Amino acid sequence: MNLHEHQTKAIFQRFGIPAPMGKVATTSDQAYEIAKELGGVVVVKAQVLAGGRGKAGGVKVAKSPEEAREAAGKILGMKIKDLTVHNVLVDPGASITKEVYLGITNDRSSGKPVLICSYEGGVEIEEVAKTHPELVIKEPIHPIMGLHPYQVMNVASRANIPREYWQEFGDIALKLWQVFLQNDAVLAEINPLVITGENKLIALDGKMGLDDNALQRHTDLADLRDLTAEDESETQAREAGISYVKLNGQIGCMVNGAGLAMTTMDMTKLYGGDEVGPANFLDIGGGAKADRVAAALRIILSDPNVKAVLFNIFGGITRGDEVARGLLQAYEEVKPNVPLIIRLVGTNAKEGREIIETAQLPNVITASTLTEAAQKAVQAAKGAM
Amino acid sequence: MTILADKHTKVIVQGITGREGRFQTRLMVDYGTQVVGGVRAGKGGEWVEGVPVFDTVSLAVEATGANCSIIYVPGVGATDAMYEAIDANVPLIVCITDPVPVMDMMKIKEYLKQKPEIRLIGPNCPGLLTPGQAKIGIIPGYVATPGNVGIVSKSGTLTYEVINALTEAGMGQSTCVGIGGDPVPGTNFIEVLEMFENDPQTEKVVLIGEIGGRAEIDAAEWIKRHMTKPVASFIAGRSAPPGTRMGHAGAIVEGGEGSAEDKMNALRAAGVRVADNPEEIPGLLK
Repeated sequence: MNLHEHQTKAIFQRFGIPAPMGKVATTSDQAYEIAKELGGVVVVKAQVLAGGRGKAGGVKVAKSPEEAREAAGKILGMKIKDLTVHNVLVDPGASITKEVYLGITNDRSSGKPVLICSYEGGVEIEEVAKTHPELVIKEPIHPIMGLHPYQVMNVASRANIPREYWQEFGDIALKLWQVFLQNDAVLAEINPLVITGENKLIALDGKMGLDDNALQRHTDLADLRDLTAEDESETQAREAGISYVKLNGQIGCMVNGAGLAMTTMDMTKLYGGDEVGPANFLDIGGGAKADRVAAALRIILSDPNVKAVLFNIFGGITRGDEVARGLLQAYEEVKPNVPLIIRLVGTNAKEGREIIETAQLPNVITASTLTEAAQKAVQAAKGAM
Repeated sequence: MTILADKHTKVIVQGITGREGRFQTRLMVDYGTQVVGGVRAGKGGEWVEGVPVFDTVSLAVEATGANCSIIYVPGVGATDAMYEAIDANVPLIVCITDPVPVMDMMKIKEYLKQKPEIRLIGPNCPGLLTPGQAKIGIIPGYVATPGNVGIVSKSGTLTYEVINALTEAGMGQSTCVGIGGDPVPGTNFIEVLEMFENDPQTEKVVLIGEIGGRAEIDAAEWIKRHMTKPVASFIAGRSAPPGTRMGHAGAIVEGGEGSAEDKMNALRAAGVRVADNPEEIPGLLK
């Protein structure tokens, strides 16, 4: 789960990292009021969960409250990487003499968090990392011992940060580690960390990503989720304990397990070619019970593009009989008018198949192999188009 | 011989009194796995599916001589369950639970460096299956049959699919290992590939991966240098749209996005036979 810039900077401030104290506006009049309150030059920034906001025209400098209103008017409602801007952050302007990059993320290969720093920060940091890797310093962090102050000084030295800023820099880096650790983040990034005209360091922009696996112990953070940033059906799915991502194809897929769910999508694409493809990714999760299966079917069918639904359940911890009962329950409630292609294999699959066969549902096609199931789903979807 | 587990492996079940723990214990016992005990603090002295329950892992190990523990403890308790098994020096620990926070796994991996004799498989994995001998996890036993193909996989249900396809093609399996799809798994592809390379029973190997990270690319490099046995592979997620990556740190640390195409190309370059459809794998191993 990703956090918006304003949410990230609020967390930074709570941990003592200096960041501009702006406010969020949802209308251009609100932006005007905030700019008036702040006084002086302000920056109006689109709050969307995507990078490249500046390049897309989502960040504007305003020299007066009137200009802030005008800027917010342009930014609110615009689309950045398919995401509509619903909020803008109105921040006080800052004089920038230097942009530094400072971030922490996990390095899967070493199984450790890593502190990353470059004195050549800013929007081109990835380019710098490619062309001048020696300018991007990476310092591994011991997962149990944490980040030591000497490591931070080491980084400051290797990154060629001027000595007069080391103390402030070290303080911010150690606090950023606490932000990362205490919130179970997978990303905590300040870019740019600016050196201002007053020779101060401030976190001008910030991004955080949280570990979805750890949200169960951070209920306060889970509440920060921006529901406007996701499809309504995706919200419903998450609340039902289902992972669902809406796509643009015609074959609804209901599968247990992420790997098999992706494979099922891959197969509909393989046999559907350019004409038909997957309408969604859907993993009903391990040990799915009847009510969750019913919720998943309702979510899939809420997408009007869906012309056929492919059930591919290979039971391990998920039991075929429970999936079948869920399917019958969902069928009764939803009364689908598209063909359902059903493949049940694995734990209690025999019992599950008996339940489906006994019910004699119209519009139901059974399949025994993955290839057969995918081909029948492609055929059914094409027939309905 | 097989890797990791066989008919002599003595297994205890942490979280045996829970819904999944109880149900899966029955399936493991029915398969013939030596399930010698279960653990649930406060339920010591009870019996579940004919298996005695102990209050702690230490007590269970002491009483039964168990050399493997499987964890079904749900939620945040799974982390504590892994530490308990590690501190009791259980040499093989399999954690089925999902989700486990990644920071917990990084700490556990670091902690395990002091105990190199302990192997942890998972979390968020389907466990192990040595066909005809031991089922330590949730892989459905009846789809597998004994043979000489070793399987290592990030996925759960996709692994069952491949085992099923091999069995139907008359190709049995030595051991099936689900390492799980988490960013920091207890055991990685390379460690299992090395075990298969050294296992006399295993003649061929299947590697099942998916998009994200670079574990498959690291595995491809290892295969190129060290693997003498033929390897076939399937990578899930070719039709998945690229994710929106926030921030720059991920790109700086990991490079590319870990797309299916990148992984398939790396594996092909290492001489691995890569399938478009998991049901093609038996044909690629003939």
